[in-house]
Amino acid sequence: MSTIDKNAKYRPSHEWARREGNLVVIGISDHAQHALGDIVFVELPETGKVFKQGDTLGVVESVKAASDIYMPLSGKIAAVNGDLAGSPDLVNKDCYGSGWFVKIEAAKLPEWDGLLTPEAYEVESGKEE
Amino acid sequence: MTPFAGYDMPITYPTGAVEEHLACRRSVGLFDIDHMGQLEVSGPGADEFVSRMASAKILDMKDWDARYSLLLNEKGTVIDDLFIYRRPGAWWIVINASNRETDLAWFGAHKGAGVSVVDRSDDTYMIAVQGPNAIALLDAVSDRKISGFPRFTSGDAKVAGVPCFVGRTGYTGEDGAELFFPAGKAVKLWDALIAEGIRLGFATIPVGLAARDSLRFEAGMPLHGHEISPEINAIEAGFKWACDFDKEFTGKAALQAVLSEGPKRKLVTIEVQGGVPREGYQVLSPDGVPIGKAVAGMFCPTVRKYACNAFVDPAFARSGTDVQVVIHGKPKSGIVAKRPLYLPTYRR
Repeated sequence: MSTIDKNAKYRPSHEWARREGNLVVIGISDHAQHALGDIVFVELPETGKVFKQGDTLGVVESVKAASDIYMPLSGKIAAVNGDLAGSPDLVNKDCYGSGWFVKIEAAKLPEWDGLLTPEAYEVESGKEE
Repeated sequence: MTPFAGYDMPITYPTGAVEEHLACRRSVGLFDIDHMGQLEVSGPGADEFVSRMASAKILDMKDWDARYSLLLNEKGTVIDDLFIYRRPGAWWIVINASNRETDLAWFGAHKGAGVSVVDRSDDTYMIAVQGPNAIALLDAVSDRKISGFPRFTSGDAKVAGVPCFVGRTGYTGEDGAELFFPAGKAVKLWDALIAEGIRLGFATIPVGLAARDSLRFEAGMPLHGHEISPEINAIEAGFKWACDFDKEFTGKAALQAVLSEGPKRKLVTIEVQGGVPREGYQVLSPDGVPIGKAVAGMFCPTVRKYACNAFVDPAFARSGTDVQVVIHGKPKSGIVAKRPLYLPTYRR
């Protein structure tokens, strides 16, 4: 059974978003990292780049396959997790903590309301297990 | 689990592919490889027949010797790769699961009178025990010292009470053995190896298909359908060493022509920065001109590198040559590496 961060909201494609001060932190869920298996590379954008909700944010490469990751919210990249370059397995070990991907300045906070609540995501991702 | 040549095979166990790979390099990996096929060739004409079918030197093999060979067609391209064991009175040939029907048909079409080819795949189970602690583990549960079998030889032994044919061979670059035994004894033998590993304090880890692939890839060993296939000749794949041009074998004339003209492409290993190269990805020159395609690629856990094998224009085949690999539409810098990335223990 996968764990859910109750403080985050979710996209059905298994990204999470969590508000921290003025920024929103983004990563992938425990369900996603478990389904992908050992993660060996994460390709992330540079800071300053601007994305719309649903844009491809980067790529997660597991032993098995490459998977696109999508922006849960529109916004500008404020910070990128540089630790993933040397230790992509942080996504497997701590997907809601040290395995975060990017922090963004969210452009449209109303989009936040459209994301899945932890309870709704638990139901959604549970259907795949 | 994934379907593989008619078998349900685990891509990984719950341990995870990277740790399975590293555990095999560090201690012992157990491989459930019943899918591999086994043919037994015997009869008065068997020695000459095997020598003509196999690219490698065969007739100098003594009883219990084991040797790698290719099975080539007249074009010198690769029908399959084989491990050939010489048992007293019979040749024991290990073939790839997906090529079983093809190989049987090929042998059947070429064997003359006085040669018997029997498919022993269904009644034979195969488990590989690989890693620096593998032989000590096998010694502890066998009625003979497996450590007394030199590398690339074989012998009969009871392992955990199960009568096995034991080859001091493998597909990981580590020391170890491959066990052939009656199919009904698989669970008993597997459980006994795990239990003995625990008793001896050796991490003894089941290894799935993904780590089996990365182990063989690092060690520079080919996987049929990737580095070798009926569309790839033995010379361009780098297997001149497995061809004995002092004897007659199927495909010899075609390979001699390739050697005199020079191969049109060569297999290289490319280390890539900034992404994971995979099968089918385009390889470019530093100027952006297409020079080949990747046939396999992955993260290599022991050497901690991203690498692919590719067939490229021979002008770019020398180690140290700069190339590019297109990953998700973007060219990433790569360099042709010295093969193999991980030197197998038997070559040290």
